[in-house]
Amino acid sequence: MKLLVCVSKTPETTAKISFTADNTVFNTDGVQYIMNPYDEWYALVRALELKEQLGAGSVTIINVGPAANDPVIRKGLAIGADDAVRINADPQSAMFVAKQIAAYAKEQNYDMVFFGKETIDYNGAEVGAMVAESLDMPFISFATSMTVEGNTATVTRDIEGGSEVIELVTPFALSAAKGLAEQRIPNMRGIMMAKRKPLNVVEPVECNDPAKVVGYELPGEKSDVKMLDPENMEELIRLLHEEAKVI
Amino acid sequence: MQSTENVVSHHKRAKEDPFQFHDYYNVDELLDDEHLLARNAVRDWVKQEVSPIIEDCADKAKCPTHLFKGLAEIGAFGPSLPVEYGGGGMDEIAYGVIMQELERGDSGIRSMASVQGSLVMYPIYKFGSEEQRRKYLPKLGSGEFIGCFGLTEPDHGSNPGGMITNIKDDGDAYILNGAKMWITNSPVADLAVVWAKDEEGKIRGMIVEKDMKGFSAPEIHGKWSLRASITGELVFEDVRVPKENVFPEIRGLKGPLSCLSKARYGIAWGAIGAALDCYDSALRYSQERVQFGKPIGQFQLTQKKLAEMITEITKAQLLAWRLGTLANKGKATPAQISMAKRNNVNMALEIAREARQIHGGMGITNEYPIMRHMMNLETVLTYEGTHDIHLLITGMDVTGLNAFK
Ligand SMILES: Cc1cc2nc3c(=O)[nH]c(=O)nc-3n(C[C@H](O)[C@H](O)[C@H](O)COP(=O)(O)OP(=O)(O)OC[C@H]3O[C@@H](n4cnc5c(N)ncnc54)[C@H](O)[C@@H]3O)c2cc1C
Repeated sequence: MKLLVCVSKTPETTAKISFTADNTVFNTDGVQYIMNPYDEWYALVRALELKEQLGAGSVTIINVGPAANDPVIRKGLAIGADDAVRINADPQSAMFVAKQIAAYAKEQNYDMVFFGKETIDYNGAEVGAMVAESLDMPFISFATSMTVEGNTATVTRDIEGGSEVIELVTPFALSAAKGLAEQRIPNMRGIMMAKRKPLNVVEPVECNDPAKVVGYELPGEKSDVKMLDPENMEELIRLLHEEAKVI
Repeated sequence: MQSTENVVSHHKRAKEDPFQFHDYYNVDELLDDEHLLARNAVRDWVKQEVSPIIEDCADKAKCPTHLFKGLAEIGAFGPSLPVEYGGGGMDEIAYGVIMQELERGDSGIRSMASVQGSLVMYPIYKFGSEEQRRKYLPKLGSGEFIGCFGLTEPDHGSNPGGMITNIKDDGDAYILNGAKMWITNSPVADLAVVWAKDEEGKIRGMIVEKDMKGFSAPEIHGKWSLRASITGELVFEDVRVPKENVFPEIRGLKGPLSCLSKARYGIAWGAIGAALDCYDSALRYSQERVQFGKPIGQFQLTQKKLAEMITEITKAQLLAWRLGTLANKGKATPAQISMAKRNNVNMALEIAREARQIHGGMGITNEYPIMRHMMNLETVLTYEGTHDIHLLITGMDVTGLNAFK
C-alpha cells in the first residue's frame, strides 16, 4: 500500500505565546518547534505499523512549509518514513495547505492519507477533510483504532459520548486521535538513516488564499479563587448570579 | 538478574518528569540537526523509561538491568563507533549530547552506557583482532551481551601502572591471576575487558568471559552513590584465557588510558546533564515556593545561586562543544579532555549542592532529584581519574614537569 502522512510543525507545548505587529503576527522569537504530536505519535506510527504488517508498501510524509521545517521532516524520516515531500511555501491558512497537499497527492494514487486529528497550535481540524474532499476520498475523523485486511479497513472513531465503528475500502483518508498508535522514539540508527532518505522539495501550485488573519487575542487572565464558607449558600448564589453571571 | 518489573509498573504512573532544557547562550545553534534529533530522542527516552523508576532504583540500590536492552535500542552504546561493528556511525558531538541526556536522568544510567560503549566496545574495536570485533561487537551493540572494564585494583586506583593482576604464558592460553575492584556492571556482565601485566611486566588487554573457570564477580554493597548502577569486583584464580581473547598488538598503559579518554570525554558532557536537571528543578522551585510573602526566587541570595548556576552551565556547555569539535577532527588531547572532565563534574557537583539549598528541606527527600545527583556526582568526581589527578595532568601539561614521580 502507498501511504501518505501529512505532518505539520507546531510550537513546543511549553512555548510562551505572544504576538507582534498589533496582534496580527505570531511572535516566533525563542519559540522551539516540534512535529505536531497527533501527526507524529498516532498518524505516522500507525502508517508505519501498517507497512510493517503488510511487509510491503511505502510511507511518505508531506509538509507544506519553508526550509526551516526540514528538521521536523527529518524526524519523521528518522522514526521510519521512507521518503518525504516538502511543498515549498509559507502557508497562511488551512485551505492553502489542503490545496497544496491535494494537488500533489492527486498524481500519486495513495491508498490511505493520514492526518492528526488537529494541530496543537490552531486546533483547526480542517486540513484533513478538505484534502479528502479534493481527492474525492471518504474521510474518517478522530480515528482511535484501525485494523486492515486486504483493502478493507475497520476503523473506530470517537464520537460525542461514545464511539462509532466504520468499515470501508481503500482509498480513504483519516485523522488520528489518541489510541490509534503509540509514540515511537527515533533511535540513533534511524537518525543516521534519515540523512540519506530523499526529501523532495516541490514548488507550490497557484492558489488564491481566501482567508487572512485579522488579529489574535490571548485568553483573559484567570481570576483569583474565592473561598466561601460552605454554610453560606446565599452568598454563593449571589456571586454566581451577579459576578460570574452564570445563573 | 534482579527483576525490576514491579518497580516499573508502580512508578510509571506515579511520577511525571517536568524537566525543561535551558540554553542560555543558544548553544543549540552550534549543533547540527542530527545532534538535536539525537538529543531530543534520548531526552524523550529518559523521560519515558528512566525518570519514572529511577528514584525507586536508587532508593533500593537496584540496577534496572532491563534498561540495557533499551539503551541498545535507542543507540546509546558506542554511538560514534562504525555501524558495521555495532555502533551508530555518529560523530563525537552526537555521542556527547547522548551522554548529557542520559546523565540528566541519572549518572548511573549514563555509567551503564559509558562502560559498555567507551570502555568495552571501544577497546575491542580499537585494539581487538578482526575475529574479536566480529565475535563481540554486534552483540555488545545490541545489548545481548553486557560488558565491564577492569583496570582499578584494591591497591592500585590512581596509579593503575602499579597493578599486580598478571598473566603467564601456558601454550595456547594465558593463566590470569589477580583481582579488580570497583568495576561498574561486573556482577551482571557477560564479559570483562581486563588489563593485566604479562611476564615482561607489560600491560596487556584481554576479553574474559563470565563462565571461564576460576572467574567470579561478586557485588560491592553499601554504596551511597550510583545506587542504580551495579558495581562489583573481578576475581581471577588461575583463569585460562585463550590467546585468541587477548588484544594482539597493544602494550602498556596507553591501551586502557585511551579508553578512559573516550569515556572521560562523555563524562564531560554527561555532567552538564546532571547540572541542568538540578538547575531546572531549583529554578522551578524558586518560583513556586513562597516565604515571607514572596517567591524565594525574588530574594537576592537565591538569585545569586541561580545566576551563578546558569553561568557555570553555559561555560561548561561551551567547553564541551569546543572539545567535541576538536574530537571530531581527532585533535582533542587527553589533557584537554582531563580539563573538561574535571571542570564540568566539579561544576555539576557544586550546582547540586546549591540547588539542594534552594529546595530547603524538600531537597533532602527523593521528591526531587537533587540528593541523588549530588551523591552520584561524588563517584563521577572520583572515577575515570579523580578530581586531583586531572588537575595534575593539566599541571604536567602546562609545566612539562611530572608531579606523579
Ligand atoms: C562507583 C564506582 C565505579 C567505578 N567503576 C570502575 C570501572 O568500571 N572500572 C575501573 O577500572 N574502575 C572503576 N572505578 C574505580 C575508580 O576509577 C577509582 O576509584 C579511581 O581511579 C580512584 O582510585 P582509588 O579509589 O583507589 O583512590 P586512590 O587512588 O587511592 O586515591 C585516594 C585519594 O588520593 C589522591 N591521590 C592519589 N594519588 C595522588 C597523587 N599522585 N597526587 C595527589 N593526590 C593523589 C586521589 O586524588 C584521591 O583523592 C569505579 C569507582 C567507583 C566508586
